Amino acid sequence: MKEFKGRVVIPGKVSADALVTKQGFNTLASMQMMFIDKKTKCVDQNNHDIYKKQIKGKALCLPQTIGSTTGGMILYCAASLERQPACLLFSKPIDSLAAAGSILADIWTENSMPTIDCLGDEFLEYVKTGMKIIIKDDGVVVVE
Amino acid sequence: MKMVLTTEQQAILDGQKGQVMAKIMKSLVVFGETFGAEKMVPVTSKYGHLVTSFGLTFLKPVHELMDQLIQSGAISGQKFSVDPRPMDKKVPSNLLQDALFKFMYSKQKPYEKQLKQLGLLNDDAFTCTCYLDEVGNKPKKGEYLSWAESSAVVFANSVLGARCNRNSGIFELFGSIVGCVPYFGLLTDEGRKASWIIEVKTDKKPEAQILGSAIGMKVMEDVPYIKGLDKFIGTEINDNTITYLKDFGAATASNGAVGLYHIDNLTPDAKELGESLIKEDANVYVIDDAELERVKNSYPCIWKDPNAAPKMCFLGCPHMSYSQLIDWTERVESSLELAGNKKVLIPTIFTTSPAVLEKFKATNYYKRLKKTGVIVSYICPLMYMDNPLCHNMPVITSSNKLRTYTSSRFYTEDEILKIITKGVK
Repeated sequence: MKEFKGRVVIPGKVSADALVTKQGFNTLASMQMMFIDKKTKCVDQNNHDIYKKQIKGKALCLPQTIGSTTGGMILYCAASLERQPACLLFSKPIDSLAAAGSILADIWTENSMPTIDCLGDEFLEYVKTGMKIIIKDDGVVVVE
Repeated sequence: MKMVLTTEQQAILDGQKGQVMAKIMKSLVVFGETFGAEKMVPVTSKYGHLVTSFGLTFLKPVHELMDQLIQSGAISGQKFSVDPRPMDKKVPSNLLQDALFKFMYSKQKPYEKQLKQLGLLNDDAFTCTCYLDEVGNKPKKGEYLSWAESSAVVFANSVLGARCNRNSGIFELFGSIVGCVPYFGLLTDEGRKASWIIEVKTDKKPEAQILGSAIGMKVMEDVPYIKGLDKFIGTEINDNTITYLKDFGAATASNGAVGLYHIDNLTPDAKELGESLIKEDANVYVIDDAELERVKNSYPCIWKDPNAAPKMCFLGCPHMSYSQLIDWTERVESSLELAGNKKVLIPTIFTTSPAVLEKFKATNYYKRLKKTGVIVSYICPLMYMDNPLCHNMPVITSSNKLRTYTSSRFYTEDEILKIITKGVK
């Protein structure tokens, strides 16, 4: 078990299994089939880490998001449809598209996605898909 | 860090213009504070640009949000263009695809009605290349924008010298509604400095789409300063450089998250400030022909049968420029003639903006291109491809953006020309 401390972007307590991508998470490329796939499986052919894996309900661990500026809107739709990741955990400072998605989910839907950034490179090196993640107060993330 | 708001901005946040406007302002304030913004700046461009152009049936949350905005009177303070429409009967499709498109985009008409109510520029303002002269949404150097569409944002920042962050869909509309955006990132002088030096050391002019892809994948969201490219594409912004940089930038933004690049001796910030734009501890990435080949070979092919014969070809993601259409007309004609063929061998669609299409149609080139069998359309190829039926189609493209978001397979422009005119892979 190890604890990591980051910055709280959107607060909230979460317990979920980790889904880890070490490369940038292309939100549109990954989640575009969520409208017809209730599990929101990743369909990004370029992301070998999480291709075909379920995103919904997972603690998505990532460096940052990349790609289309629909990214925030896609996360907002996912939250509205209850198909969003349980939380977003960034090793780096959050990017503008992911921040927009987290903020839209928090202010405009009932389904907030707690979001922590700046967890550090060591976080992304340590955490593996399937590990248990618990978000505690003040940006502390426990990886079991 | 708390933002300091003007009296008017604070009044909106406090709900004096209604709860919906308050939520819009709150969204922008939280967004700005996340990135350390200390204030808002007014949106100074004449027009906005939205990324969400499609009335996708499944996009109910967005349609409901738009209704909330309209009903509360929260409409855009500036007119805006928007990304391309998703459907055009001219683009070939089978009966099953027709039925699927009809179902998928069943909300297109009501969504376009919402866009008009919110501030759509005109009925033809549907393109990702809003910044081209024919379309007319071309911001000036130094203007603050509230735009989305990654390829348009990176072009406006880099080639026009405007200032815009990589805003998400919905957020770009929020900025246009309240008339201000948080001041951080690519809006600031510091945020426009480069943390990467890219040294282009190729023997020939690099393919824009592969060079952009290589840089995007390497620098992610950082700002690159590119040296050695002016040797191949010149030091003046003209039709040719606009076309090159349009495709190059789209690849940097979709294969990575680049919102601004500088090209030594060419782009406006670089011409004005030169290497003073480079941060002291900048990383260096050298790109030679071998590196471009390595990057191209790294693209996966997810066709069920990787050896399948291509069934369709898309060019024009982002939308083709007028000079690009002229150039490709001549290339297709000449290659067909050399091969002894009269028409392209697979359905080939060139996509462009309605305004460029209108200009092109008025020329003899349009008739000549039509004669080769190539179809010119205003749609977004990504929206055509983005469904389970098209995922199974072996579609080829020279667009690295389309490759990234769909199952289409990337080929260089020369390879594409051979495949569509000679049937050679």
